[in-house]
Amino acid sequence: MATSLHAAIDNLRRSRVWKSIFRRGPAITNRTRSVAVFGNLFLHWLPVKVREKSLRVRAAYYLGSLSLLLFLILVVTGVLLMFYYHPAAPKAYHDMKDLRFVVSNGVFLRNVHRVGAHLMVLLVFWHMFHVFYRGGYKPPHEFNWVVGVVLLLITLFLSYTGYLLPWDQLAFWAVTVGTNIISAMPVIGNEVRFVALGGHIVGENALLRFYVLHVVILPLLAFLLIGVHFWRVQKDGGLTVKDDDGKN
Amino acid sequence: MSETKQNPAPVLPSGKPGVSRRDFLNEITMGALGVAGLGSAALTYQYFSPNVLFEPSTTFRAGNPDLYPVNSVTFLQDQQVYIVRTPTGFYAVSAVCTHLGCITQWKAEANTIACPCHGSKFQPSGRKIEGPAPRPLPHYAINLTADGELQVDKLQIIKGDQVLNV
Repeated sequence: MATSLHAAIDNLRRSRVWKSIFRRGPAITNRTRSVAVFGNLFLHWLPVKVREKSLRVRAAYYLGSLSLLLFLILVVTGVLLMFYYHPAAPKAYHDMKDLRFVVSNGVFLRNVHRVGAHLMVLLVFWHMFHVFYRGGYKPPHEFNWVVGVVLLLITLFLSYTGYLLPWDQLAFWAVTVGTNIISAMPVIGNEVRFVALGGHIVGENALLRFYVLHVVILPLLAFLLIGVHFWRVQKDGGLTVKDDDGKN
Repeated sequence: MSETKQNPAPVLPSGKPGVSRRDFLNEITMGALGVAGLGSAALTYQYFSPNVLFEPSTTFRAGNPDLYPVNSVTFLQDQQVYIVRTPTGFYAVSAVCTHLGCITQWKAEANTIACPCHGSKFQPSGRKIEGPAPRPLPHYAINLTADGELQVDKLQIIKGDQVLNV
């Protein structure tokens, strides 16, 4: 039974359809395994070989990977929440209440999105501290450190723009206070606040602007930069894992 | 005239080096793209700055002056304004804290206007007593309508020593 299954998989891998999709035969030699990684869009930024140390859970706590996982969870739950949410006052508040009390499993999705967002901020900061205290910003990782700082800012902006969307008192006052911080900027402060809110007060325009930023612009930027970030980790020589004797 | 791959810079009749056709076209193109980019940025900025706002009116009627006793501070919650009546007359003080925009509250027992967010305190005149607020609460223009009601314009900020005698 087992041998016939293996034979069937082997035949499948040698078939014309398989080869047309994966552009190679079975990955049975080091060369074909390398080609398997190089020739795949989703794997090509991964190293063909890694040091065993960098695979240990202790080595880096996988904080970056966990942040990515949370980002993906937030994308999935966020897209699902969008099916029931209108970014308009006062409908947004009622939609949020509906998600909590009327829609099947809506409260679960909303809370996964909410708690996930809190955790992502926590993990991104944790990741940053970890990289900082291990000297992960040093050459040749300087550029990736900068990309990481931009990703931290994007994470915070995502949190902040998402804060307004429930359209309750907390959201209103948080954004009122936050955008008044913008207007403390000399000379251009009031103008920047006006454009950010689309008005003088936190109203419908502000809700729609924050919504578009939250669901389109900031996630796309984050997605792009996460790609650069992970790719650079490999191209800069892998995770900064110290040997047992303390040397890099 | 045939193009060469090297495309060297021509020498002008005066003997000075000129600009090659390729460099000239490159600079013209980059310049045009730069102008177009700046123009696009300006247009995008204009697009994001709304021309018509659907926001509440900034001018409102505050009712008959007799509604307000002498030596009183009245908080108009919908307008976020205090109507203050002193023996000399009326003035209107903003209730929006100058720190970060929270709505302050009138504490009659302490004779102060207090902000719940970060603890700023003001006198009824709007003058700051303490707290992180950088400026006193502004006074709005207040006057009487033809039929004798108080009217406040929140877009006009006046000096703190002006009062409306009724």
